Amino acid sequence: MDMKEKQPITPTTPVPTTSSAIAAEAKAKGPSTAEQGESQMRDGVAAHSAAEQAAPLVDVSKLENVQDASDEQIKTNREPKMSADRVGVFYGDKQALKDVSIKIYDDLVTAFIGPSGCGKSTFLRCLNRMNDTIPSARVTGRIELDGDDITSSSMDVVQLRARVGMVFQKPNPFPKSIYENVAYGPRIHGLSKSKTELDGIVETSLKRAGLWDEVKDRLQESGTALSGGQQQRLCIARAIAVNPEVILMDEPCSALDPIATAKIEELIHELRGRYAIAIVTHNMQQAARVSQRTAFFHLGELVEYGKTSEIFTNPRQQRTQDYITGRYG
Amino acid sequence: MQQASGHTIKAFDEDIERLRALISQMGGLAEHSIGEAMRCLVERDVKGAEQVVADDKKLDGLEVEAERRAVQLIALRAPMAGDLRDVVAALKISGVVERIGDYAKNIAKRVPLLENAGKIEALSLLPEMARIATGMVHDVIDAFIARDADAAIRVCQRDDAVDDFYDSIFRTLLTHMMENPQNIGQATQLLFVAKNLERAGDHATNIAEMVYYAATGEHMADRPGKSPR
Repeated sequence: MDMKEKQPITPTTPVPTTSSAIAAEAKAKGPSTAEQGESQMRDGVAAHSAAEQAAPLVDVSKLENVQDASDEQIKTNREPKMSADRVGVFYGDKQALKDVSIKIYDDLVTAFIGPSGCGKSTFLRCLNRMNDTIPSARVTGRIELDGDDITSSSMDVVQLRARVGMVFQKPNPFPKSIYENVAYGPRIHGLSKSKTELDGIVETSLKRAGLWDEVKDRLQESGTALSGGQQQRLCIARAIAVNPEVILMDEPCSALDPIATAKIEELIHELRGRYAIAIVTHNMQQAARVSQRTAFFHLGELVEYGKTSEIFTNPRQQRTQDYITGRYG
Repeated sequence: MQQASGHTIKAFDEDIERLRALISQMGGLAEHSIGEAMRCLVERDVKGAEQVVADDKKLDGLEVEAERRAVQLIALRAPMAGDLRDVVAALKISGVVERIGDYAKNIAKRVPLLENAGKIEALSLLPEMARIATGMVHDVIDAFIARDADAAIRVCQRDDAVDDFYDSIFRTLLTHMMENPQNIGQATQLLFVAKNLERAGDHATNIAEMVYYAATGEHMADRPGKSPR
């Protein structure tokens, strides 16, 4: 067809009938001349050659590569930070979690979503053995942190929880000063040799948690006197202070207003890369905003796990589709 | 993936259905306009052609309404997955259908210019070409409403027939022009009509790709029989 478009009917010698035809054409176009002209341009050869001559503004293929590179490199070139293999959890006789296998990577935020009682929080709590605190709970399967089985009895749970920190739904600062809230962990873990060093850890942790500027002049005030959002960031600073490798967040924003939520989300974005982050949230928009991987749980099963962008635009499983589009139940 | 059941929030279903109904209405109007424009062209019905031109305003209005609803739906309902693809497809399709309406208008505008011209052979080929093109528009909108990816593929496959008609009409008109320069005026007009119909078919194909993506979440990559454009 291109061939034919290259031979438009414009004879070099003007014939009366032709010029009248052109005039008629102009008349026919009427008010929509520009619109029609644009269409002809788009169809025509002129547009093609112009596009070829101009330097490409955006090379789409390259763009896509850039976008996917960070994701795919991690998938192929790196060992997962944590990996769960056929993990099950029983509360007494009741099985709360069935055969969950999942890998959590450094540099990525992994979101766990699903309706209430689906097992997402239960699974999150497996990752630093918080279920140990529930007498009737029993965990099966294997969970590794850097290749070491954390479910084995030889694992030092206190040490594990320093490496895999946790932030809860309701901000729970100690009823102590802001300074002490952050200093407590490093002190009991013996991470600082001097007061100066401890001061440094407190400052760095509060800065990473985006709280430093707001509290630097009142470090001795009680942590509980802060606003809800500030308290939550204080809890994050407290978790960061012991140099964790993984941070687990169990609905960290559900008790916060939208502004405080936005600050926490921004913080999650900044912390990504320094720590592997796993977050449980009821807010699907939040999962979409903060995570690169999303896992959907339903009735104790891991239904689907994949790239967040895929899960929210083109989920593979009917149950995922129904849940995220608001059709579940 | 099937949309298994309705949303927990029923008003969400109503919003989406209203948007989809609007697209269906637009598709019907565009299809009718092309058919009418062609009838007027063949029957030299200048009055009818004026009506087709006037009716295009309706389609423009519906497009604005579809855009308004789609933007509102995205803002207020935050659609996800299949819903999101549906809404984005509706938004894009409304623009394309409006464009198809413009082609109908463009054809209609040529009717008065041909009022006194004698009929030449190509004029008998054009209505058949228009029938295929409007059939594609009709079926692709149906495919959108039914979320039928296979039907969308079948629409794409028919685009070749429209292109073949265009080539055939092009050659016929060229012959007429060479035989008798008196025909050049009319032949040029008819060539533009053929081009408009060919574009309408292409746009139906574009819509088919949108329908396919909305229905499946996959892109209709390198579909068979794709014609160079």
